[in-house]
Amino acid sequence: MSDNTTTPAGQDYEPGTHPDLPPPFTASGPVKWVADNLFSSPANIIMTILAIFALYKIIPGFAAWAISDATFLAADRNECRELGTGACWAFIVQRWELFTYGFYPEAERWRVILTFVLLMVVIIGLLWENCPGRKHVLRFALIFPFLAFWLVMGGFGLERVTTDQFGGFMLTVIIGVVGISLSLPIGICLALGRQSNLPIIKYACIGFIEFIRGVPLITLLFVASTMLSYFLPPGTNFNLLLRVLIMVTLFASAYMAEVIRGGLQAIPKGQIEAADAMGLKYWAAMRLIVLPQALKISIPGIVNTFIGLYKDSTLVIIIGLLDPLGIGQASLADNKWQGLSTEVYLFVAIFFFISCFAMARYSLYLERKLDTGHKS
Amino acid sequence: MRSIKYAAAVAALSATALSAQAATLDDVKARGELNCVVSTGVAGFAFPDDSGKWSGFDVDFCRAVAAAVVGDGQKVKFVPTTGKTRFTVLNSGEGDILFRNTTETMSRDADLKLSFLPVNYYDGQGFMVPTALGVTSAKDLDGASVCIQTGTTTELNLADFFRINNISYEPVPVETNAEAQTNYLGGRCDVYTTDASGLASTRSTFENPDEHAILPEIISKEPLGGAVRHGDDQWFDIGKWVVNALIAAEELGITQANAAEMAKEAGDNPSVNRLLGSEGEFGSMIGLDGQWALRAIEAVGNYGEIFDRNIGPDTAIALQRGLNAQWSDGGILYAAPIR
Repeated sequence: MSDNTTTPAGQDYEPGTHPDLPPPFTASGPVKWVADNLFSSPANIIMTILAIFALYKIIPGFAAWAISDATFLAADRNECRELGTGACWAFIVQRWELFTYGFYPEAERWRVILTFVLLMVVIIGLLWENCPGRKHVLRFALIFPFLAFWLVMGGFGLERVTTDQFGGFMLTVIIGVVGISLSLPIGICLALGRQSNLPIIKYACIGFIEFIRGVPLITLLFVASTMLSYFLPPGTNFNLLLRVLIMVTLFASAYMAEVIRGGLQAIPKGQIEAADAMGLKYWAAMRLIVLPQALKISIPGIVNTFIGLYKDSTLVIIIGLLDPLGIGQASLADNKWQGLSTEVYLFVAIFFFISCFAMARYSLYLERKLDTGHKS
Repeated sequence: MRSIKYAAAVAALSATALSAQAATLDDVKARGELNCVVSTGVAGFAFPDDSGKWSGFDVDFCRAVAAAVVGDGQKVKFVPTTGKTRFTVLNSGEGDILFRNTTETMSRDADLKLSFLPVNYYDGQGFMVPTALGVTSAKDLDGASVCIQTGTTTELNLADFFRINNISYEPVPVETNAEAQTNYLGGRCDVYTTDASGLASTRSTFENPDEHAILPEIISKEPLGGAVRHGDDQWFDIGKWVVNALIAAEELGITQANAAEMAKEAGDNPSVNRLLGSEGEFGSMIGLDGQWALRAIEAVGNYGEIFDRNIGPDTAIALQRGLNAQWSDGGILYAAPIR
């Protein structure tokens, strides 16, 4: 305190106790990030300027159309036109419930919401390792499929709802969740089967995988919806949604099997031999040693297949089930709202983007979490 | 898409195998619900309204059949189909009856094995162009790009028309009316062609309808009607006479409002009495009770009421009756007598 001669006026420090100064303004924080990433080379500078120019051209027009000039509340399209020159979101607002639940009876929709909330709980519990009370959630996850089936379909005290009343986002989520959760285990079995030493199992798996992969999904759905009635005995009423779920699951499983086979082939033979040397039986070796590694490697491919399956669910319109896209198309035929296809497609695109982006991010998180440092 | 055509062909072929074991009426009664094949969305004819309830011209005919057969116009399960899948769905038994603004043609009847019910809407194919193009006749359309819905008779008519007049065109295939509209307004095709009713309804929703003109040429006959599978004549009769009953009801002045009143006791007009069941045993001839037509009319009204409610001059689609007026009013609607 007494010796002020070495420090500038107004700052009193003991020698050696001078606090760390923040790094210079240009060497940290957003400024550095921008300099490093956007303006690091002449080519980068040109690209950045072009990109900013493009955004400048696009964003104001789009924002005006989508937000400031848009109409959110109106009874029909003509009213929309009177109220604003931009997007007519009133269409989506008016039909929000149709987009969400399809033709599910209004009085019973709480069941769908409840199922969805429970589904979220289960998903969070399954995917997030540090979730509070995870043990209970996992136990609950075992009974959830039956509970969900009962809630959505009805029966046993609840009013029955037939599957042809399903539609909209609800339908997409059902197809997506069922397809995803079943295609992974089936895919693993097929992948292991394909590498089996037992010829019958091996060729059955190869035949199945190659057949399914050789046929477009749309054809399978079409067969499921109309051709099956010719093969089944007359009078059999085989639920249409169930047929779709089976077809979508089988389709995704075949792809999944090949993705996982890729992972299995990346495991060195020494690992299996080591397992044999430890005296592990086939299933134990697979469960404890091979699959954990193979699945980890395959995560990007697996999630790829999941996302593909999720988006393929829009094909169900061909067999008369109305997913959000189908609801949108049917709604556009209502004279009150004709010609608003941009709004519908944008809305549906946002929904799919959110779901698929979430899946993609989770897969990245999982890769980082499981990274054992063997890679580089 | 080829696979679908193939599947449709196989479906049509194997339909013969199905037809032997028909008795659709019993199936519908046992189910308590009519499976009606409709479109995935055609303005005025079939679409879900804001609350998710199906409505439209075709939908009302479905409801009328349901009312006649199972006693309640709401007991219908709608099976939405595209132009390509509609017949396969009907032939495979997923649907009991089809009302999907479908043109009756010989090949559909004989080759696809459908029985067409009486025509419920006489339509014809037209062209719509932006007035800025300065085209006044379809014959001036040489080299134009044309938006056309695939899997429809309009596609074939278009090819015929351009071949006959020896002019060229470039087809822009689209799947649905909504898609066609977007393409047309976006300038990806110069001309949109479909049934004149569809053109009118599409044009009515444009921001500036005056900038688009419907050309005077009507290049085809499009008798639209319902259809059932071959091989179940009783079920065909039910569909046929429900449609006839709705047309006859308009001619006889029976409306949704006064039907119950007129049915109470036999009146002076024997035609009305026969239709509403107070005279004769006409219902039992088609396997139904005497009040079949009364229920159909009470559910949706007579033909004129259905027309006015869904596509008539007071709706946004604003179609005139034209050919679809009763024969006594200068149209060609002519219901066979119920006797």
